[in-house]
Amino acid sequence: MSAAKHKKFVYGIFNDDDVVMHAIPALRSKGLRVKDVISPFPIHGLDDALGLERTRISITCFLYGMTGCSLALLMMYYMNIFDWPMDIGGKPSFAFYKNLPAFIPVTFESTVLCAAHGMVITFFLRSKLLPGVEPHVIHPRMADDHFVMAVQIDNDSEAANVEAQLRAAGAIETKK
Amino acid sequence: MHKESELRPPLILGDKTWHDITEDVCRPVESKANKWWWLAFSVSLAAFLWWVIAVSYTVGTGLGVWGLNKTVGWAWDITNFVWWVGIGHAGTLISAILLLFRQKWRLSINRSAEAMTIFAVICAASFIVSHMGRPWVAYWPLPLPNQFGSLWVNFNSPLVWDVFAISTYFSVSLVFWYSGLIPDFAVIRDRATTKWRKRIYTILSFGWVGTAKNWQRFEEVSLVLAGLSTPLVLSVHSVVSMDFATSVVPGWHTTIFPPYFVAGAIFSGFAMVQTLLIIVRKVLTLEDYITIYHIDMMNRIILITGSIVGVAYLTEFFIAWYSGVEYEQYAFINRATGPYWWAYWSMMTCNVITPQLFWSKKLRESVFATFIISIFVNIGMWFERFVIIVTSLHRDYLPSSWTMYSPTWVEAGIFIGSLGLFFTCFLLFARVFPVIAMSELKTIVKSSSEGAKKKQSQTAKQETHA
Repeated sequence: MSAAKHKKFVYGIFNDDDVVMHAIPALRSKGLRVKDVISPFPIHGLDDALGLERTRISITCFLYGMTGCSLALLMMYYMNIFDWPMDIGGKPSFAFYKNLPAFIPVTFESTVLCAAHGMVITFFLRSKLLPGVEPHVIHPRMADDHFVMAVQIDNDSEAANVEAQLRAAGAIETKK
Repeated sequence: MHKESELRPPLILGDKTWHDITEDVCRPVESKANKWWWLAFSVSLAAFLWWVIAVSYTVGTGLGVWGLNKTVGWAWDITNFVWWVGIGHAGTLISAILLLFRQKWRLSINRSAEAMTIFAVICAASFIVSHMGRPWVAYWPLPLPNQFGSLWVNFNSPLVWDVFAISTYFSVSLVFWYSGLIPDFAVIRDRATTKWRKRIYTILSFGWVGTAKNWQRFEEVSLVLAGLSTPLVLSVHSVVSMDFATSVVPGWHTTIFPPYFVAGAIFSGFAMVQTLLIIVRKVLTLEDYITIYHIDMMNRIILITGSIVGVAYLTEFFIAWYSGVEYEQYAFINRATGPYWWAYWSMMTCNVITPQLFWSKKLRESVFATFIISIFVNIGMWFERFVIIVTSLHRDYLPSSWTMYSPTWVEAGIFIGSLGLFFTCFLLFARVFPVIAMSELKTIVKSSSEGAKKKQSQTAKQETHA
């Protein structure tokens, strides 16, 4: 959940993704603060409907990849050209630019290694996904076939009205 | 909403709801194993035990217990290594390349194919470590400071490239697989009725909750990982082939090797996917998800890659003749007519002739025929590597050192044992992990399932009547 603990929510439970998608603009136009939708699978267009910003995770991936690429080239330059150049099988390692073609495979692998792992670690940390994290399970079937819409409220007196509106929009159940 | 033509065969049979998918996929995890599973598991574990004995004997006594000699210094060890790495390629192709091509039929098979990739690469790596002879210095190919016992590694060497390629491939495949598993672990977690199952799947699912932001990032990560894995998988077998191609051994020194090895890898990988999935769909009753259509699509890939491999074999022969190099020519004549002719012709029959049977739609859609042909391809691809490695080495430049190679029980034990290791891992996977990517498969229930297509044609009929 994007919400901090002290915030109050009313949850509407839905059993169809199309109903959820129609409910979001309908409820928002009535002034409800629809903050999030929890779904068992990715819903196409949900991030736009909720007004989420595009994720920047692929940009981090590119940066990690560039880091991996540079580190690999630096490492091979240092080890084979600068620190201890050797002439193996009549193929000397005396100039970086001459050895560059032979350095391509390791540079590529290192780029991919750093890009992939860096991105996944960023994803896990940013989304607070780590072994041992206790999930906030609102409905036992929210990972199976039910959808949970979170509507933010300021005080408990609003709850009854929000629940009624959620039901009107197609929720099969509501929860505080 | 995404609509799909009714003419396209449905990817999920029966009128399945999202909840049915959850039930069907979680059933093996939540129920007790039957006696067939225990039988298969015991046999695999026994084979794996042979691996433990054979590897311990090799490490304890030395590589002399293998059938290698001065002329043939690489044989079953590298044959098995290349075979296993090749098998792994199908998993990445299905999960990465088919994702980029938006092939929805990958959704029911990607999870188990990726598992196969990971276990196959583990088996492959075990051959690298065991053929070193002194596995306690297995860290030598790593770029470690000179104080650790050797000089800096030589980055001009394909063997060092291979260390980077295989380890990157393994770890990236593992992460790709695991990140896809997290939402499915959450499904099992939320359904768990026993205390331990709840606890274990809570840890495995990393606290996943499918919020909109989580799914947005999840999909982006999957897409970018697919983009990264696609060139990665092509690079891995190219680098493996360069272990041979950059040498000066006739029969190995060939520029065709990288694409030829990659095609062969995908070919053998899909054969292994077929072998495994035909059993899995039956044993776990997943015929509604892994349908005849899925089998047909994979058989088409086997047909294409098998034909590429066939053309590569013929090209090699032509180039050997056309080059005018007598050593090269002899290497190929020796392959086909020398003392290892039986290995060569086994390879040709299994890899070039049998996959051509898949031009017949009837055979492509026959589960039995597919299973038999997939076994043939597995055998043929093993022989391909054996032929390339052993027949090129056993008659080298010096006729006085020409010799034959035959394996000992130790090498046979390590090979059979690696199959045991592979199946042990796969059987465990089939019991404790969701074998189908549920959360991804649920996205196509409304568009590509049999139920959805029926509904679509009914509404279309009503519209025309009105």
